[in-house]
Amino acid sequence: MTPATITARNLDLTFETNDGPVHALKDVSLDINKGDFVSFIGPSGCGKTTFLRCIAGLEQPTSGDISVNGMTPDAARMARAYGYVFQAAGLYPWRTIGGNIRLPLEIMGFSKAEMADRVAHVMDLVDLNGFEKKFPWQLSGGMQQRASIARALAFDADILLMDEPFGALDEIVRDHLNEQLLKLWARTEKTIGFVTHSIPEAVYLSTKIVVMSPRPGRITDIIESPLPRDRPLNIRDSAEFINIAHRVRDGLRSGHVDD
Amino acid sequence: MWMIDLRGIIPAATVVGCILLIWTLAVIPMNAHLAADMAARGDVVVTPHSPQDRKAMTGVTIAVKNPVIIAMTYSLDRPRLPSPHQVAVEMHNTIFTVAPTSRRSLVHHAWVTLSATLLGFVIGTTLGVLLAVGIVYNRTMDKSVMPWAITSQTIPILALAPMIIVMLGAIGIQGLLPKSIISAYLSFFPVVVGMVKGLRSPDAMQLDLLRTYNANAPQGFWKLRLPASMPYLFTSLKIGISAALVGAIVGELPTGARAGFGARMLVGDQYGQPMVTWAALFGAAITAALLVGLISFIERRTLNRMGMGAA
Repeated sequence: MTPATITARNLDLTFETNDGPVHALKDVSLDINKGDFVSFIGPSGCGKTTFLRCIAGLEQPTSGDISVNGMTPDAARMARAYGYVFQAAGLYPWRTIGGNIRLPLEIMGFSKAEMADRVAHVMDLVDLNGFEKKFPWQLSGGMQQRASIARALAFDADILLMDEPFGALDEIVRDHLNEQLLKLWARTEKTIGFVTHSIPEAVYLSTKIVVMSPRPGRITDIIESPLPRDRPLNIRDSAEFINIAHRVRDGLRSGHVDD
Repeated sequence: MWMIDLRGIIPAATVVGCILLIWTLAVIPMNAHLAADMAARGDVVVTPHSPQDRKAMTGVTIAVKNPVIIAMTYSLDRPRLPSPHQVAVEMHNTIFTVAPTSRRSLVHHAWVTLSATLLGFVIGTTLGVLLAVGIVYNRTMDKSVMPWAITSQTIPILALAPMIIVMLGAIGIQGLLPKSIISAYLSFFPVVVGMVKGLRSPDAMQLDLLRTYNANAPQGFWKLRLPASMPYLFTSLKIGISAALVGAIVGELPTGARAGFGARMLVGDQYGQPMVTWAALFGAAITAALLVGLISFIERRTLNRMGMGAA
C-alpha cells in the first residue's frame, strides 16, 4: 500500500472569538492516499472547510499532528504542494482569463514560454479553449469557476483542494462540472480534497466520503466508496449509489441528535 | 464613444441656464444704487432724489421706481456685480486679443497657477500614495499617521499659507515651490484616504489565494493590492487636483504675487475692477473642470484597458 499523502492524527482546533471559544475541530484523524478523491460533507459549522484550510496551512491546529506529502502543511504550502479552489472563483477583474491562470506561474517564476504552454494546457483541461483573451465579466459563473480550477491546476501540484467550488452554481451547471471534474481527475491523477454539502455530489465524485458534524466539528463516518472510478452520470440511479447516499444521510442525521 | 449623450447634457444645461438667469436678474438690484447715482449725475431725474434716501432703500425698490436705470445696471464700468456678458467680454479680451505671453493675458496667469498646481499635485499624490502604502503595511504608521493626516486638514489653509510662504521665503525658497507645497498639502489627503481604502479592498479570500502560492509581500502589492486600488486612486486624484488648484490660488493671495489667478483676483479687488476678479474666478473654474475632465478621461482609458470599465 502506498503511504498516505495527507495524514491527520487527533487534530483539535479552537477559535477564540468574542463570544468565547469555538471548538471547530475535535479529535479529527484521517488518511488520504495518493490519487484519492475525498469529499468532506456536513452541515455548516461542522469544520469541513476548517479542516481543508488546516491541510492547506491556512489555519494552525491547536493540537494534534498533520502532515502533507511528509511535511508540515506550512512547509507543503511553501513547496507549493497543492492548488486551492475557493467557493467564489475570485478571478482578478483586471486580468484576462489567460492572465488569471498565469498569476500563480508569474509568482512562481516560470519562463514566458513555459507559462504559455501551461496556460494552453490547463485551459484545454477545463474546456475553456478560445477564452484566453476574455475578461472575467464576459464569462458565466460556471465558466469563471472552471477558470479558477485551471488556475489551481496551472502549476501542476499533486494535490487539489476544493472548498465548495460549485456551491453557488445551479444544478444543471453543477452536474456538468461534476462530470468534467471526474474526467479531469482521471486524466491528471491528482489527489483531491473536496468540501460540499450536497449528498449526490459527494457520492458521485468521491472514492472516500468523510461525514462530519458540528459542535464540536468532528468526523462521524468515513465511507470507502465501492463505485468504480469510471462513472457515467446515470450511475446515480443505481442501487449501489442510493445505498451509499443513504449511509451518508444516516451519518449526517446521527450527528444531529442534539438539534 | 464620442457620441454626445443628450440625456446627460439636458439636466446640466438646465442647471447652467437657471444659474445664468438668476445671475442676470440679480445684476439689477445689486447695481441699482450705483446706476441711480450715475444717472443722477447725468441729469436724469431719479426718485428719490437724495442719495441718502436711496441708500435706505433696497435695490429692487429703486429699480421699480426708476425703470430707466435698469439698462444701465448692465453696463457699469465698476459694477458691484458684473453681468454675464461683461465677464464674457473681459475673458474674451484677455484670452484671445492679447498674446499669451503678455502680462495682461489670462492664459499667462493661468499657466503660472497651473504650473504650481501640477507640481503640487505630483508632490501631494506621491506623498499620499507613499503614506497609504506605509499605513497599510505598517501597524505603527497605521496608528500614528492617519490621525495627523486628518488633523492637518482641520487647520484653515488661509492661516497656514502665509506662514509657509514666509518661512520658506526666509530660507530663500521663493516662486513656484512654496505655492506647490500648499497645493500638495491640500491634495495629499484625499489620495491617502482613497489609497488606504483601495489597497485594503482585496478580501480575505484573495489574500488567502496568494498565500497558497506562497507569494511574497512585494508580489502581493504589485499583483493584487495596487491594481485593486486603481478605481479608488482615480476618484482621489479627481478630488486632489481640484484641491491642488485651490491651494495654488490661496498660495498667491497672501504674498502679493504678481501673476496667477490668485494675483488677478486680488488686483481686481484692490483696484476696483470686478471684471478682472470675475474673469480670474471663471478662468480658475474652467481650469479645474479641464483638469478633472482630463483625469476622468485617463481613468476611463485605464480602467477600460484593465477590463474594469464596465463597472
